[in-house]
Order: sequence, then C-alpha cells, then structure tokens
Amino acid sequence: MLSKRIIPCLDVRAGRTTKGIKFKDNIDIGDPVEMARYYYEEGADEIVFYDITASSDKRDIMIDVVRRVAEEIFIPFSVGGGIRTVEDMRAVLLAGAEKVSVNTAAIQNPRIISEGAKAFGSQCIVLGMDVKRVEKSPKIPSGYEMVIQGGRTYMGIDALWWAREAENLGAGEICLNSIDADGTQEGYELILTRLISGAVNIPVIASGGAGKPEHLYDVLTTARADAALIASMVHYGYYHIKDIKTYLHERDVKVRLTW
Amino acid sequence: MIAIIDYKAGNLTSVERAVRKLGYPCKVTNEAGDIKNAERIIFPGVGAAGQAMADLKALGLDDLIREAFLERKPVLGICLGTQIIFDYSEENDTTCLGLIPGQVKLFPQPLMERDTRLKIPHMGWNGVKIVREHPVFSGVEAGSEFYFVHSYYPVPADDACIVGVTGYGLEFVSAVAYKNLVALQCHPEKSGRVGLRVLDNFCRWDGYAQ
Repeated sequence: MLSKRIIPCLDVRAGRTTKGIKFKDNIDIGDPVEMARYYYEEGADEIVFYDITASSDKRDIMIDVVRRVAEEIFIPFSVGGGIRTVEDMRAVLLAGAEKVSVNTAAIQNPRIISEGAKAFGSQCIVLGMDVKRVEKSPKIPSGYEMVIQGGRTYMGIDALWWAREAENLGAGEICLNSIDADGTQEGYELILTRLISGAVNIPVIASGGAGKPEHLYDVLTTARADAALIASMVHYGYYHIKDIKTYLHERDVKVRLTW
Repeated sequence: MIAIIDYKAGNLTSVERAVRKLGYPCKVTNEAGDIKNAERIIFPGVGAAGQAMADLKALGLDDLIREAFLERKPVLGICLGTQIIFDYSEENDTTCLGLIPGQVKLFPQPLMERDTRLKIPHMGWNGVKIVREHPVFSGVEAGSEFYFVHSYYPVPADDACIVGVTGYGLEFVSAVAYKNLVALQCHPEKSGRVGLRVLDNFCRWDGYAQ
C-alpha cells in the first residue's frame, strides 16, 4: 500500500527562501539547499520548490540551486514557478529535479503539458492549480474557478474541467492550491480537494491551509488527497515532520516511518 | 569503474549523483569500450519499453549488456532497466533482453484496494517485503519503503529469483536476483538513506548470491 506523502514547500526568490526555518532558538536558515537537506533528514517524502523570482534574468540562480539540492538529497523534488517552455522544463530536469510544475503557463498554453509529457514522461509533469471558490454558474458549474497572479485575476475556467483536461493532456500529478485556504493555517479546502481527487485518476497533492496535524489527517482521509503540502507549520518550528507522521500513523493513515 | 548505461531513456544523472555521493567512480556511457572495461553495470531507465529496446539495439547495447551478464559482472537493473531484462513486456508488445525468464505486465484496471480505486501509475513510497536474504539487501530494515513510479510490473517465470514483493492492489515482485544480476522496480537513487544503502551494497557486491 502506498504511503501518503508529506511534502514541505519552499518558496525561493533569487536563490534564497522567503520563509526560512525559524526554530524556537530563532536560528533562521534561508539557504534552500540547507533547508532541503534539513527536511530530507527530518523525513520529508518529497520537496517542492517554488521559484518566485520576478525577473527572468535571475532564473539561472534557480538552476544552480536545483543542481546543488540534487547533490545533497536523494528523494524526489519538484520545481515550479516561471516554467514557460519545454526548454525551461528540460533545464530544471537535467539539473536534477524529478518533476516540474506548470501553472499559469499551462492555462495560457495547454500544449506545454502534452509536449512536456511527450518529451519527459507524464510522471515528470505536475499541473499546479490555483483555485478560488465562486458562485456556481453555467460557466463555472463546480463553483471553483482557476485564478492566476495569487488570486488577483480570474480566468473564467472551471477548476474541475481544467483538472480533467490536464489529465487528458498528459499531466502526471496535480498540486491543488486553494487560494481561499492558503495562509490561514485553518485547514485545507476539503470539499475542493475531494471533488478534484475523485474526478481524476492521477495523484492529487493538497495545498493551502495546513496548520495542525489534524488538518493533514482530514485532507488525506475524507478528502482523499494522495499527498499534503506543508509550509509554515514546519518552517516556524511548530511541528516536526516526525510528529505529523506519528499523529497520522496512530490514526491508521499509512505514512513512511523509517528513513 | 561502474558503467551506467546511457540509452537516451530518461534522466540518468540522479543515479550517477547517488553513486558518486557513495564514493564510487562511475560513468554514464554508451561506449562499447567503457562497458567492456567496467567492473559492474547499472542499467537504469525511465520511459517506454518499445522505444528503449529500439534505442538499445540501435546503439548495439543489447549485446554488450548480455555479454557483461554472461561474464558474471554484477548487473543492477532499475525501473525500466529491470523490466527490459525479462523476456517480454506488454508495453508496446516488446521482445526484451531475456536475461531472466519472465514477463512484464500492465497493472489491471480498475485496480482496487479496500473499496478504493487505485491510481496508475503506482507512484510514491511503498514497502518492499524482503522474502529472501541477499547481499544487496543487507542491512535493510523490515518495513523500509522505497520510491516507485511505474505502470507495469515484472512477473518472473521462476519464483526462486524473487527477493522482494510489494502490495498495490495486488502483490507484485519488486526485487529479483538471478545469478550476478539484481533488478529493482523501485528507484534506490530516490529512496533516501535506505536506497543509498542498497546502491552501496550493490557497488561492493561480488556477484555471487551468498
């Protein structure tokens, strides 16, 4: 039986993480390579890097980060943010990432999913989805709409339709981020997660809202996510991955306990 | 030197990085000279069986791998590399290298576990239950998990070569050992410390079962 994956997410801007690990003694690690190694040793099942570097001339810095991470950690990791072309994908994968994620670029040009899947295999291609809850309408029948730019721009695309479409195009996995829940630390968007996870036959990583281990329990059981993304709850030292996994294991959720 | 066979099938740098991290000289190569001189062979791969076999043949690597195996050099198959050393794969209806008798099958659909329909590919961390001791699995704790990404699984003709099994809707063979060959369906180079332990064991293995 597969284990449910616990995946720390690191936001990186120009080669530095925006939220460093702040332990109770207030040591701040801002180097993404150091943080990746820390979470690797803590028992992370995978790591997600999200490059939020605004200017494209600094993108080579991220490739260098990916290369250095790949020399240090021997679990899968994915890189997203700013991937616009198959060549961008190739650069990240050759630098040592296991997967790449596309979000805005895939909405603007869905062919990047099929071209990426053809070139590197579906297992490499993750569709990142930023989703907001809206009134149900003929155009958005599920009541969940695709958004970009951190939720500022509505795309007029139904999230459920887009998830299925991306699977058909060859996406190998979906990282489903609820903009409504993101940053609240009050729990994942369970209805959305269950809706999407039940509609596709590729794994769904739930993202946005994790604050306590019970939030992971809910999203991995009732909402049927295959994996859960976490950020602040571990970056700020409130929880260790081991504590979260022990909590889940005690409640019969299968997780990887030895590493 | 360890030759990591390069046949255009997917990203081979992660295997190379892991072997280097362990301190063993290695080279990603498709040169006949390198493969003939290598003391051992790692045969990785991500992709589809049909294309992989076509590329192997075009590069003349099929005969070189067979020779290395017959010369009793230790050979390690990983993922698609593992599938291709059997006789036949259902993927693209492909005749494979035939170093181990057996076939490779697609997971049946729908694949069920406790009333839940399982997703395919089988992707993520899962246990490998060791059913027979082998030097390459020395020191691997019971309950250890490895990283998998695959839609097809091996079915060896002879149960005697089964070393490890994994459950995903059905129980499939995830590790086999046959003479001087060990083949894993999982990715040890992506399986953390326990994966590195298996790779390290392989890099020091003399090619004999005991």
